[in-house]
Amino acid sequence: MSKTLTIDGKAIPFEEGQTIMEAATAAGVYIPHLCHHPEYTPHGSCKLCNVNVNGRVCSACTFPAAEGQNVINNSKELNDDRQKITQMLFVEGNHLCPGCEKSGNCQLQAVAYHLNMLDNHFPHFYAKRVVDASHPEVLIDHNRCIFCTLCVRASQQTDGKDVFAISGRGINKRLIANAPSGLLKDTDLAATDAAAHICPTGAILIKRTGYQVPIGERIYDHHDIDEVSLKVEKV
Amino acid sequence: MKEIIDNLSKKYDHRPTYLLQILRAIQVEFHFVPQGAIEQLAGLLHIPRTQIIAVVEFYSFLHLTPRGRYDILVSDSITDHMLGKNALMQYFSDRLTVNVGDVRHDALVSLDNTSCTGLCDQGPAALVNGYALTRLDKAKIDVIKGLVDQQKSLTEWPAELFHVDDNIHKPGLLLNLQTGLGTALKSVFDRGIPETLAEIDKSGLRGRGGAGFKTATKWKFCSEEIETERYVVCNADEGEPGTFKDRVLLNSYAHLVFEGMTLCAAIIGASQGFLYLRGEYLFLYDKLQKILLERRQAGLLGNNILGKNFSFDIEIHLGAGAYICGEESALIESLEGKPGIPRNRPPYPVTQGYLGKPTVVNNVETFLAAAAIALNGGDWFAKVGTEKSKGTKILSISGDCAKPGIYEYPFGTSIQDILTDCVATDVLGVQVGGPSGTFISNNEFGRKLAFEDLATGGSFIVFNNTRNILDIVKNFTHFFAHESCGFCTPCRVGTSLLQKQLDKITDGHGSAGDVVELEELCQIIKKQSHCGLGQTAANPVLTTLERYPELYQSQLKKISYEPGFDLDAALGTARRMANRNDKAAHLAQIGEDHE
Repeated sequence: MSKTLTIDGKAIPFEEGQTIMEAATAAGVYIPHLCHHPEYTPHGSCKLCNVNVNGRVCSACTFPAAEGQNVINNSKELNDDRQKITQMLFVEGNHLCPGCEKSGNCQLQAVAYHLNMLDNHFPHFYAKRVVDASHPEVLIDHNRCIFCTLCVRASQQTDGKDVFAISGRGINKRLIANAPSGLLKDTDLAATDAAAHICPTGAILIKRTGYQVPIGERIYDHHDIDEVSLKVEKV
Repeated sequence: MKEIIDNLSKKYDHRPTYLLQILRAIQVEFHFVPQGAIEQLAGLLHIPRTQIIAVVEFYSFLHLTPRGRYDILVSDSITDHMLGKNALMQYFSDRLTVNVGDVRHDALVSLDNTSCTGLCDQGPAALVNGYALTRLDKAKIDVIKGLVDQQKSLTEWPAELFHVDDNIHKPGLLLNLQTGLGTALKSVFDRGIPETLAEIDKSGLRGRGGAGFKTATKWKFCSEEIETERYVVCNADEGEPGTFKDRVLLNSYAHLVFEGMTLCAAIIGASQGFLYLRGEYLFLYDKLQKILLERRQAGLLGNNILGKNFSFDIEIHLGAGAYICGEESALIESLEGKPGIPRNRPPYPVTQGYLGKPTVVNNVETFLAAAAIALNGGDWFAKVGTEKSKGTKILSISGDCAKPGIYEYPFGTSIQDILTDCVATDVLGVQVGGPSGTFISNNEFGRKLAFEDLATGGSFIVFNNTRNILDIVKNFTHFFAHESCGFCTPCRVGTSLLQKQLDKITDGHGSAGDVVELEELCQIIKKQSHCGLGQTAANPVLTTLERYPELYQSQLKKISYEPGFDLDAALGTARRMANRNDKAAHLAQIGEDHE
């Protein structure tokens, strides 16, 4: 007999060893997230998936599902906080959607839509970040990095490489590339690597593929991220 | 350089868990971590260079660009400020002809700030190449300038500059204890191991780091794990501003602390222990190594301890300037040679800690108390204190009082009694438990020291009525933004936003709604952050806002909107470019026109 927990009053079955996120996704319940991807070891850093478990705030992507848990996910209180966390990500970097190739396919933008985020609210940091266009086929625009570590994990766990890492402390965090020069061209990254395609924002882009799908015809131009996420991530 | 790195790597058996220790040694040797060293180490330790860069960039005492041969870091704790830190920093800067944050052009000296150095009872304090300088004044700075100019090695500097006092003013149950070497450990074997755990259970001892988890329960959980490779870790990363009791315990009670670790090992079945010593306490390192050696020679560490077929040893790992490493899972990461980023929990360290093995992490004072309980029994401890908080608490008292130093009190003691003992008069309030704790006002001195009332890891900072509360809050809020590890969004971005928002208000650019905004930001950081750092980073604002709301409101301009920055100053660049400075090239702050 399978075990169950409750999310927003709905009984959700789960198997031993699943996280709350995995159980929710399998049952068709969307929990907002950015750093989580079902193929990779959960990281628990973006905190968008924070849910209330028996009165305690836990990250759904890392917290183990357990019998009888009472989980609150889709509440106004949590979604308000999620909106603020998303706004924090927007002001931390330099995210200018109208000029970004990823617009319409960007999960950061899509989560912001989903949470009904209408402005950035907080003062901008105007962080000085660089663009690394050294690689013949892949571009990094550090202005758009949200430190989700998906490229780090994809490189290690799918590509069997170690192209990326997050360095620095606090607000000075930065994505670094594994080469003596620090430049992407001197790493062993290939454009076919999972790490080159996993970025939820427009920080890592494949060159010469821009705008092949016009803005207005992209995924999140027509579908909310909850629908897309469940379709893609439901195993 | 190649040979030095080779030898260092060999000394540590090419083990990546020693990366932080190796990098500390490289920093000492070259005054930075050169790229060549990173490349070479990556090969020797079989780790990616990015992992090494990540460690260097995480810890405040490691650098990718050269520091001066004399790297001077002045303690930026609120207590140092109260003792005139800003003026002294300026004097340092003038005398050494180097700007704060910079390296002098001849590369001889560099000057910067550092978080609380744990010398609040004898500040203003600083570190020179990691070694503590106490009770700084202009005369001492003149001496230091002379020594730097003559390029004297630190061993030739007068010992007086480095003199650190214990300042124990009120010893109690633990600090009065006189024991022979190994007597606590012998009593464990005489009484029996399960019986000793039962005594610790009976004592009601709870973790002294602040969280207050019951010690016997933690040890029992760990001893019941299936995995038999287990570790004991002593958390001596005493980074909470205003705390320095572990410094004193390790200076004068180290035998008993190590004995507590050893008996913990006997109880949980560990054969390896670590003392994680904060980098700021480098001056204790050699002394502690000597004590470990004495204990090995006395058969109290090493193989077959006391002939009981029990083997255990202790290694000392030094930190490198990161408050977050006081969080137990971040500390374990740091012990493994990584950036100190708190782990996701569960699993907890008792099941998967150091190298994924069951690990007990306890505070220095907890191990000391455990040794004392092993010696004297659970009742001896439990009869002191309150029902929920047994025994005594050792406090580090600093700030506006005549007798700053170490005081040991039974739990349940009132704040007023403590203030009387340390001779504090005209008191405005007390920061109990450091910046992550609570600010209490002078209406609350009847409150008690206890887990159920005012819990504290030991920091107790007194402020008199000449102090400005907002200056205090600002210092603490900047501290948290500086020390956030940056792992999770609410703390990484939130603590920096909180710093900006508070500065906006205290700099006089706040308007209606800005205090509400400040509080909302506090709540989200507190609720949504990954670990204790973020969850408590807003406490300085929240606990003072609750007590002195009018103080915050009085900072605001009486208009509905006020630019968040100085408009006229922002025009400075444009004025320079246009070569203008006439009246029309200046802009008044809107608020001033409408007030």
